Amino acid sequence: MTLLATHDLTAFYGDFQALYGINAHVNEGETVAIVGANGAGKSTLLAAITGRRKAPPQMIEFDGRHIGGMRPAEIMALGIALVPEGRQLFQSLSVEENLLVGNYGRKVRGPWTLERVYSLFPILKERRNQDSNSLSGGQQQMVALGRALMSNPRLLLCDEISLGLAPAVIKDIYKAIANIRAEGASVVIVEQNITQALAVSDRILCLLEGRVTLSGRPGELTRDQIGMAYFGG
Amino acid sequence: MFVLDTLIQGILLGGLYALFATGLSLIFGIMRLVNLAHGDFMIVGAFAVLVLVEALGLPIVFAAALAGVAMFVLGYALQRLLLNRTLGNDILPPLLVTFGLSIILQNGMLETFSADTRRLNLGPLSEASIPLGGGLAAGVVPVLTFASAVLVILFLNWLFYRTETGRAFRATSDNPEIAQLMGIDNNRIFSLAMALALVVVAIAGLYLGARATFDPLIGPSRLIFAFEAVIIGGLGSFWGTLIGGIILGLAQTIGAQVSPEWQTLSGHVVFLIVLVLRPRGLFPRSVD
Repeated sequence: MTLLATHDLTAFYGDFQALYGINAHVNEGETVAIVGANGAGKSTLLAAITGRRKAPPQMIEFDGRHIGGMRPAEIMALGIALVPEGRQLFQSLSVEENLLVGNYGRKVRGPWTLERVYSLFPILKERRNQDSNSLSGGQQQMVALGRALMSNPRLLLCDEISLGLAPAVIKDIYKAIANIRAEGASVVIVEQNITQALAVSDRILCLLEGRVTLSGRPGELTRDQIGMAYFGG
Repeated sequence: MFVLDTLIQGILLGGLYALFATGLSLIFGIMRLVNLAHGDFMIVGAFAVLVLVEALGLPIVFAAALAGVAMFVLGYALQRLLLNRTLGNDILPPLLVTFGLSIILQNGMLETFSADTRRLNLGPLSEASIPLGGGLAAGVVPVLTFASAVLVILFLNWLFYRTETGRAFRATSDNPEIAQLMGIDNNRIFSLAMALALVVVAIAGLYLGARATFDPLIGPSRLIFAFEAVIIGGLGSFWGTLIGGIILGLAQTIGAQVSPEWQTLSGHVVFLIVLVLRPRGLFPRSVD
């Protein structure tokens, strides 16, 4: 069943068009990777889905409802959580407070509780009372992921979660993504790192200059196809 | 003894300035809004208590509680309907709008209450004092003022650091855009913050009117004391604001002992010295 769908989604920054009619969908329980170079429109797409950019209502559909243009807090309450690019933790809140604030607008029963997040990332339990900016980049990324999980989202959006992290840490983070998938949430992974995206996703979507240039299952696509779609040619 | 007396009076006066400043600090901390009508709202609070006492004959405690509730509602509505629309990347619109509000409030009060100086009459309490031994005494009203300031700050610290609403306040202060992604409605949070600030303002107005006379036009001069207390204490810390108020109160009281015309001036001088030596105040908390 389709959970999220965009219908001919367009977006403009003044005269500049960032998205040219994106048709994409995510099924219930599915993990979709969206890859593309800088400026391909990935962040704009996420901003429209999360309500940070206004979109016409019918262009974005979530669980049968038109959510385009709704306020970010309303969209979050429906069950869409974002792990924002660059972590964006709340600096004056401790690690635990950052996690707790994650379910401010949506308190539903589900697999994810503070205890479950701590068992997914045990290091965070040790650091629970520390300032969030005293953590390493990888640990901060864990807090950002945990914060999004606290609302038990139906759809988890991950924006560039491997950016700036060491390969070993990236592996840990993606191991956690596999655990999160196993709990049944749909996941969208936005990445420039194609290898990671391919390894973890059921389906892949390639964006180039505001258009979908390729989509398919990782096993069915060749490296060359993806390379062409990614860089153009 | 004489020195000790001056110190006690100065510290107690600091409690009043801390009450002036706490609401201002709260609002600036959460939404980076400088409310230039803050002082005038204190006078509105004082007149609200006065009207409830004189026109309706309510006991002062009930009058103050009712004024507090009214100011809460006024603060919420003011933020929701007007000030939220002025917030954005530009700091000028909220400054201009609250400056305009200040003028409107002053003239509205002049029109309604005339320019007469007024005072909240607490009956025998006004003159009562607590003997401290050795010929020293502290007035009951100044002691109540100081105790109220401490209670207000204890409450706000509990709210900010122990409750979910407080977490939402601090998260919004850190990063309003990301806070929205956690389901925090900025408009609601800002409105709640202004409502709380105006309750503190009502308490400040009560003691302002009980300790000295007031008239519709003295708001701005009290606003300066509030600014000075906040800046001396350092942005983002309520206890810092209390210390800032005490330092200002001490400076003024000591100055007044030297020469009465030095009272306000010495407060300003100490403020300027702190600003030169510690531009971020004595106990800054905010990271930016």
